[in-house]
Amino acid sequence: MAFKRDKKEEEDGGGNPFENIEKTSVLQEARAFNDTSVNPRKCTHILTKVLYLLNQGEQLGTTEATEVFFAMTKLFQSKDVVLRRMVYLGIRELSSIAEDVIIVTSSLTKDMTGNEALYRAAAIRALCSITDVTMLQAIERYMKQAIVDKNPAVSSAALVSSLHLARSAGELVKRWVNEAQEAFSSDNVMVQYHALGLMYHIRKTDRLAVIKLVTKLTKQSLKSPFAVCLLIRIACRLLEDEDGAPGADSTLLSFIESCLRHKTELVIYEAAHAMVNLRRTTAKELAPAVSVLQLFCSTSKPPLRFAAVRTLNQVAMSHPSAVTACNLDLENLITDSNRSIATLAITTLLKTGAESSVDRLMKQIASFVSEISDEFKIVVVQAIRALCTKFPRKHSVLMNFLSAMLRDEGGLDYKASIADTIITIIESNPEAKETGLAHLCEFIEDCEHTSLAVRILHLLGREGPKTKQPSRYIRFIYNRVILENAAVRGAAVAAMAQFGAQCPDLHENVQVLLARCQMDSDDEVRDRATYYYTILALKNRSLYNSYITESLQVSIPALERSLHQYTLNATETPFDMKSVPLAAVEPLVSEIVAQKAVPEGTIMSTPAPQRLGVSKEESALELVSSIPEIAALLPQLGPIFRSSEPVELTESETEYVVRCIKHCFARHLLLQFDVLNTLSDQLLENVRVSLEPAEGYRILREVPIPRLPYSESCSAFCLLEFPQDDLSASTGTFGATLAYMVKDCDPATGLPDSDEGYDDTYMVEDVEVTLADQVQRVWKGNWAAAWEEAANLCELEDTYALTSMRTLQEATTNIVQFLGLQPADRSERVPDGKSNHTLYLAGIFRGGHDVLVRAKLALADGVTMQLTVRASTPDVAELVTSAVG
Amino acid sequence: MEGSLLEPTLYVIKGMVILDNDGHRVLAKYYDKNIFPTAKEQKAFEKNLFNKTHRSNAEIIMLDGLTCVYYSNVDLFFYVMGSSHENELILMTALNCLYDSVSNILRKNVEKRTLFENLDIVMLAMDEICDGGIIMEADFKAVLQRVALRTDDIPLGEQTVAQVLQSAKEQLKWSLLK
Repeated sequence: MAFKRDKKEEEDGGGNPFENIEKTSVLQEARAFNDTSVNPRKCTHILTKVLYLLNQGEQLGTTEATEVFFAMTKLFQSKDVVLRRMVYLGIRELSSIAEDVIIVTSSLTKDMTGNEALYRAAAIRALCSITDVTMLQAIERYMKQAIVDKNPAVSSAALVSSLHLARSAGELVKRWVNEAQEAFSSDNVMVQYHALGLMYHIRKTDRLAVIKLVTKLTKQSLKSPFAVCLLIRIACRLLEDEDGAPGADSTLLSFIESCLRHKTELVIYEAAHAMVNLRRTTAKELAPAVSVLQLFCSTSKPPLRFAAVRTLNQVAMSHPSAVTACNLDLENLITDSNRSIATLAITTLLKTGAESSVDRLMKQIASFVSEISDEFKIVVVQAIRALCTKFPRKHSVLMNFLSAMLRDEGGLDYKASIADTIITIIESNPEAKETGLAHLCEFIEDCEHTSLAVRILHLLGREGPKTKQPSRYIRFIYNRVILENAAVRGAAVAAMAQFGAQCPDLHENVQVLLARCQMDSDDEVRDRATYYYTILALKNRSLYNSYITESLQVSIPALERSLHQYTLNATETPFDMKSVPLAAVEPLVSEIVAQKAVPEGTIMSTPAPQRLGVSKEESALELVSSIPEIAALLPQLGPIFRSSEPVELTESETEYVVRCIKHCFARHLLLQFDVLNTLSDQLLENVRVSLEPAEGYRILREVPIPRLPYSESCSAFCLLEFPQDDLSASTGTFGATLAYMVKDCDPATGLPDSDEGYDDTYMVEDVEVTLADQVQRVWKGNWAAAWEEAANLCELEDTYALTSMRTLQEATTNIVQFLGLQPADRSERVPDGKSNHTLYLAGIFRGGHDVLVRAKLALADGVTMQLTVRASTPDVAELVTSAVG
Repeated sequence: MEGSLLEPTLYVIKGMVILDNDGHRVLAKYYDKNIFPTAKEQKAFEKNLFNKTHRSNAEIIMLDGLTCVYYSNVDLFFYVMGSSHENELILMTALNCLYDSVSNILRKNVEKRTLFENLDIVMLAMDEICDGGIIMEADFKAVLQRVALRTDDIPLGEQTVAQVLQSAKEQLKWSLLK
């Protein structure tokens, strides 16, 4: 019978007696605390239930919490140790929700000074969680006593609580430094650790005191391994500080090094980790650290192996040669049962490996890759991607390997990361293009992920026509039209049209295929087919360029908004595409990946947040519209054409920090000044930036900041009109001064001492308006075609000698940055070892003027450049050429 | 360089969690308000953590920017989390202390059922090991001493009938197993 019931119990709830408790019933039960005679066993059980509920994430209302809290205080009369301990725990849990918690102060103070050691430590911690700065002074005496108490539990509790309190009452806690010092000499290891933590916290702003503390402590041997770890970290902090610790440097370094020979692994690893991460460590100093890590690689403890291989991985990034000694140990770790360790070992090996060992490594990975989960496969793929950029000549081996991985089972993220890698290889290495495309073609033959197939088809449409034999891709693409779902069919139709537009000899065939697609069952596919068929039938190259090869350049959300606006007011005028803000050019995939700073070996459950579809200009528009003075003018200004990156007008550590963002409209310039007040004893009023505009500019409107308290950042605005007739005057320098009224105020409250203030000014750096502020980047898929088409526009040509440039790459990067135009055909990257290079740039000048620039660069003594500009008006062309000179 | 130097602070532990064999929370404590501020995010993380760890006993994993060391026994999973740059061995010391303390409190019967029977003491033990992210005590013997573990058996008169039956059954089971 009992057995049966037991069985049933096990089935529901698996023996969790707390499974089905409810908040209301528990709160009801908690009234038992108020009974005249306390039943410890029962009350402990109820209190456990309350704490369990809180732990499960149940929310208590303020009144509910307060009620329980007050009921709980009745339990102070009990003598049961466990119950009393649970009460302390309950006080701490509820202290943040319940009201009037200070009511228990006297009871806790009594317990913390009482005789029962088990109560004292817990009472101190509970007391410190309910107390505030004003109350703290009353118990300061007891805290000081507790810190130096003989009982380690009491002393630790007091030290740790002081550290928690230091966040809110730093000044008061600072006075306890002598007690902390005394506690530091305790025999108990934890007390020593906590005391060191508190001492450092109190002194950390005083550099000299910290140096003194550390140099003193490095000479004696600390008992607590934790304390030694902390000391190593403090020493590292000192070493890493810019001004250094004169005289103490060598002592600190030799201390860290001596810790490599400590008796506990904990400290040895901490020291090795510190050596690896110190910026100043040289390859020679690294050697002992690497050799202890190497030893750790073969221990039986997984966390230690993990720690070692992860640190070696970091070493491999800065000093690959230092790790090569461990390659054998790392290779053994490839088969480790902990997959995190195995993956880290692989990536480390890939980083340190020489070109010759790539083939062997790939074989090893191939045998292992099928056993690991998708997340780790992705890490491996990323390591391979890095390898591709390092050894471009090995692309065929790597590409074969990747395509084999593509054919294996795997989820979307995994497949997408492989496809991304192949795409990166194609983009960075022209030699690998044809093979890469062939692999991708094969992959889409059998790809169950619609989004990935669409991306690859788009890529084929872009890159395929430029290859030697475009016709071979048509079959792969048309197969998709026959076999796939509507989204893929649509993408395939668009890709085919690209071939039709760019390869004259395929034109006829593509037209036949497109004609067939017009019978498709899906509306979208049919529409696309008809659209492309009609345009291709006209055989007009300029139409091809604007409607097939180039994608829409405006930002889609902005277009939607503009169209909606347009339909609201019934006007006769046709909709003007040029009034829609342009879309920001997306950075290349490889750049996005490089920006992610996720430590290797980490698994992210959520992929890094996708870039939002809002451009800088749109977010700027939102900000500007919230300022009533400017918002009123917006209708006549039109949309924001381009917003610049913020430019610092002051050093970062000055009294006031000023940044300027330049918003460019078709005929106006709006300067946004973000001002930060870093003086706690000043309140600024009527803050504005007074400008001395360059010739031809007219200030239309200024919006000052009415009130700028300490540590707040607000924006002042200044609206200017560009010079109307002379375009070349639009680049220039404005002198700028920050003007404001100062009121002295109390740093603590921020209230001004008096209503009287005085006017003052503060010099800031000049604001420069450059050409780059007035153009928006535009990505041209087929730059050559656009260039040809622009042949009948204004053309200007000039030659320059860029003497300060040493390399072609440097010159290219500078020109791109200076002109603010978008490079096309990946011409911003100069292949190694070439003595001449051509850079293709495209963009739109404010007011909707197209600008195309071709810069032929040759390396001689410095760099010589021949710049050809084609633009829709002569003024713009002239401005571009003059800007360079 | 990616692995920045560690801030010299006592706040090293970001969280301590005990889960059951279905991935449900038994007890959980998070000490950093910036990570998983709400119970919903915490539970989502725990679910994910459990999925990644319950099959292999690999003892360490990096998940969502946290280093998690873990240990499992029968139907319980013990986790200690720290920042991704934290010294893994420090976390491991805390985990060992947590496990050894619980194991001793439960008299080597590290199972969900016994844990729930001693939930109050386990709560106290977790609290003694870590206070707001600071390791309070890393030696399980000291922890046991501080949680006032009832060493004496409960007098027979105070036990419920079920408890008596339970202990009798346990004894029988052990004698049969010998």
